[in-house]
Amino acid sequence: MSYLSDITGGIKSLLAGMSVTGKYFFVNLITRKDVITVEYPDNLDTLKMYDRFRGEVVMWHNENNEHRCTGCQACERACPNGSIEIIWKKELNPETGKSKRAIDSHIYHLGMCTMCGLCIESCPTDAIDWGQDFHHTTYDRTQLTKVLNKPGSKIISGTKE
Amino acid sequence: MITLSIFTNIHQWLLGLLQNELGVHILELTLIALAYLGLFAIIGLLLVWLERRVAGFFQLRLGPNRVGPIGLFQTLADALKLVSKELTGTDQADKFLYRLAPYFVIVTALISMSIIPFSQEIQVFDINIGVFFFISISSLGVIGIFLAGWSSNNKYSLIGGMRTGIQMVSYELSVGMVIVTMVILSGTLQISQIIALQQHTWFIFQGHISALIAFMVMMIAATAETNRTPFDLVEAESELGAGFHTEYSGMNFAYFFLAEFINMFLSAAIIVVLFFGGWLSPFGITAGIPFMGIFWFTIKVTGIIFLFMWFRWTFPRLRVDQILTLEWKYLLPINMVNIVLMALLVWLGLTF
Repeated sequence: MSYLSDITGGIKSLLAGMSVTGKYFFVNLITRKDVITVEYPDNLDTLKMYDRFRGEVVMWHNENNEHRCTGCQACERACPNGSIEIIWKKELNPETGKSKRAIDSHIYHLGMCTMCGLCIESCPTDAIDWGQDFHHTTYDRTQLTKVLNKPGSKIISGTKE
Repeated sequence: MITLSIFTNIHQWLLGLLQNELGVHILELTLIALAYLGLFAIIGLLLVWLERRVAGFFQLRLGPNRVGPIGLFQTLADALKLVSKELTGTDQADKFLYRLAPYFVIVTALISMSIIPFSQEIQVFDINIGVFFFISISSLGVIGIFLAGWSSNNKYSLIGGMRTGIQMVSYELSVGMVIVTMVILSGTLQISQIIALQQHTWFIFQGHISALIAFMVMMIAATAETNRTPFDLVEAESELGAGFHTEYSGMNFAYFFLAEFINMFLSAAIIVVLFFGGWLSPFGITAGIPFMGIFWFTIKVTGIIFLFMWFRWTFPRLRVDQILTLEWKYLLPINMVNIVLMALLVWLGLTF
């Protein structure tokens, strides 16, 4: 009599499956509790990207407009497709009377960047880091070339190379 | 033809306007055809939208909700996109049959829609062999799918078309036998009379055990008839590209897509007519109010369609041999026993 038990067993297992999916359906229809859809442009106020999200490369500045970049060019060398260019200069230290290397501008081509993260890993002073902003769309390609150090910024004194 | 008083008034008014019986008939037929074409498009687009929303909620998503209120116009936008697309075709295709196939599918769906009673006397074609007419016409739709599979000159299309042949020939039988079971109970084939007989009790309660078994078999067979997911190996995306409509683009593709959803509506409608009293309200609560039939009919059909969608997002696809096993070794014997059971119930007067 396995024929009849096959039929009843089949119906039972089908109903079991339907109860599982049905529970999901009605719970989501009524409460929207487990809905994982992110309604993107509407949730801009509350949208917070995760710490590990790779949006762009940014340079950290403190409140005195100082950064930690020494101009060592490790990131420029690590970059596989030349997205980073560093223009550096000799700067005279008035206290010691010695001239020291410093950055003039840290140029970052966002349009070329593949977000591989090698520059950030290679940075000896942790001057550059991942930023979480991802609204990079522009009407002009040149706007994707960014200067990471803010105008007039200095290196934090005492930063070791 | 339609005999509701408002329509009779329109008929009289047109007759007074034109003074020509033949002209009025042709005008009325044209108007009804246009109304049904519009209804066809509306039902198809709404069902596609419903399917996507329901699928969304089953999968912890939201589904389309951007275009119009709760995304209602999303499918309209999709249809407009499809209209604007180029109709491509394969070089080696059998051009005539290739172009003919989508119309075959859609015209058969339209013809079978003519016998669906939307409310009291809102039914275009109340033929005395109603349900028989329905199964014979809806069997023709498979020819369109078959032609599409054959004429595309594509292996995937051909395999999809051949699988349709297997599936349709098998499950047509179950649908037919379920209808025979219910006709034993009703004693008539005419749709309006079938509904009139359910005035006090719906057939699913009148026929109790037997009708319940018939209903379950009908749900399975109708899912297979409409090529929906547990039985969608006709167009199994993961195996055959898009199956029989792989080579179709633009509006030709949309015709197949729409016809699929219209067929689902038709199956649900015939299930509602046979088991749940068509447009009748439960316990006759709105029996006196005109046009409430449309409301109840829509509610019931939507419920059945929701069951189809529930099946779709729950059950995995069957293999070809499993499909044939299910039909020939399970549904067919169950149906045969059920016909005898129903005949006994009717003979012994055990129906309510």
